[in-house]
Amino acid sequence: MKRYVIIGAGAAGVAAAEAIRSQDSAGEIVMLAGEPDGFYSRPGLAYYLNGEIPEKQLRPFRNEDFKRLNLILRHDPAAALSPEEHSIRLASGKSITYDKALIATGASAVTPRGVTGADLDGVVKLDNLGDARRIIKLVRWRKRAVVIGGGITALEIVEGLQARGVKVHYFLRGDRYWGSVLDETESRIVERRLEEEGVTIHYHTELAEILGKRGKVAGVRTKAGETFKCGIVGIAIGVRPNIQLAVEAGLETDRGILVNPYLQTSHPDVYAAGDVTQVVYPDRGKQRLNVLWWVARREGHIAGLNMTGKERYYHPDVPFNVTRLAGLTTTIIGSVGRGSDHDDDLLGIARGDSETWRELPDAIVAQRGFDVNHMRLMVGEKHLLGALIMGDQTLSQPLHHLVTNRVDITPIREKLLMPQAPIGEILVEYWTEWRQTHAPSQQP
Amino acid sequence: MSAGHIFNQSEVTRQKVLAQGYVVPESSRCVQCGICSFSCPIGIDVRRHAWIGQPVKDSHCITCGECVARCPRGVLRFERTNIFDSAKLTLLGKEAV
Repeated sequence: MKRYVIIGAGAAGVAAAEAIRSQDSAGEIVMLAGEPDGFYSRPGLAYYLNGEIPEKQLRPFRNEDFKRLNLILRHDPAAALSPEEHSIRLASGKSITYDKALIATGASAVTPRGVTGADLDGVVKLDNLGDARRIIKLVRWRKRAVVIGGGITALEIVEGLQARGVKVHYFLRGDRYWGSVLDETESRIVERRLEEEGVTIHYHTELAEILGKRGKVAGVRTKAGETFKCGIVGIAIGVRPNIQLAVEAGLETDRGILVNPYLQTSHPDVYAAGDVTQVVYPDRGKQRLNVLWWVARREGHIAGLNMTGKERYYHPDVPFNVTRLAGLTTTIIGSVGRGSDHDDDLLGIARGDSETWRELPDAIVAQRGFDVNHMRLMVGEKHLLGALIMGDQTLSQPLHHLVTNRVDITPIREKLLMPQAPIGEILVEYWTEWRQTHAPSQQP
Repeated sequence: MSAGHIFNQSEVTRQKVLAQGYVVPESSRCVQCGICSFSCPIGIDVRRHAWIGQPVKDSHCITCGECVARCPRGVLRFERTNIFDSAKLTLLGKEAV
């Protein structure tokens, strides 16, 4: 009987356990949870923070679900891994041996360097359940906050605090929100909505120092010398894979743990999956970090199958991210440029809400009226290279399909690129026709 | 057949649609936050359906649309037929299709 040890109880670890159990009904699966809270929806923390759901809702698995997997869940994190001995030393001092091990230790929020006061009470991040609980506790007494960071998590902190009655000052380093992905219109849509909610945005503003009083946050000073009074400072400036265990074990690492397309590390009996990994392909080298829930699940699943001896190659997907920005569901598919309106490689067209493209025959979409709907397509020579859809998501799945499967768009390319072309209608018409002439088995 | 917003349709059409339709998840969009299950008035674990990539064919589902409307990431949609069979987008990706 094989023993599989999974280090980490997040999306990748749980997906791996399911995959292993689907192939090996007798093997022993031991899961070592690093966090006291075990398996919960990390992306869901945003909706716990803003009050949409209670904390207990964050757990996708009930005890029966774990029981069905017949796994041993231990709240005793791995402290050291010895690949040659096939053993893991636990935080409690005990040891466990394995036949195959999976490192699925995830990633953690980066803490700002060189900012004094970063350790004061009231400086928060949104990285785990403990962080969310801490923020919810703080807002009972502290009603002013400063948030820094230019991406999705920063915005989740901003919106969560605002929803809980805190006055938020949001600092942006540049001249607009998430300029590396969104184009200017999209940034302004998000910013305008935040302002309507009462958030004050400060452009070209960087944190120099967090000011404290008796160990607690009392305010901040910016690099320009301005000071703001506040009791909370929210920081979300990126994440870093938790590779320490792998580094100390002598496994190959870069920014993440390096794995081949079978999710195997430099030691053949140790696999890695999820936010902690960086996949290396023979033909295209090291990939960028990809810290998304669905990617973690897929990687965990494939690593799990490989651990049982069922050989599966991990083909990367076209980049795909779904989020909600200032209340607007937003899907980002493939390459959307660098948010610049003058991107040489990509031809971008964008449309607002003056069209009827939200109506797609045969599909009934009941996500109710967003007040803003926006779509941007990146048109290549023969294919759609990317798309960004804000608000109504009716066209999101067709676009995901057209981009991912590199569907030939030559018949509609010219029409799409005409000035003021009704791109939504053109896409609906093309998709409807295309779908009818292609067997369902060829769909994603 | 004309499509459109389910709540804008006439009562007859709406009834017809609800009788024929069911909720279909697109698993690759889902982060298991559980808002769908939390909003279900009759306690169907919609999230579980999204985890395993199965449409909600529970005979108790009253197709009220709460889960679809509240999902922050547009995971769920009503469908009359299985034209966008998202269950096919498996964890193995294209390879498994």
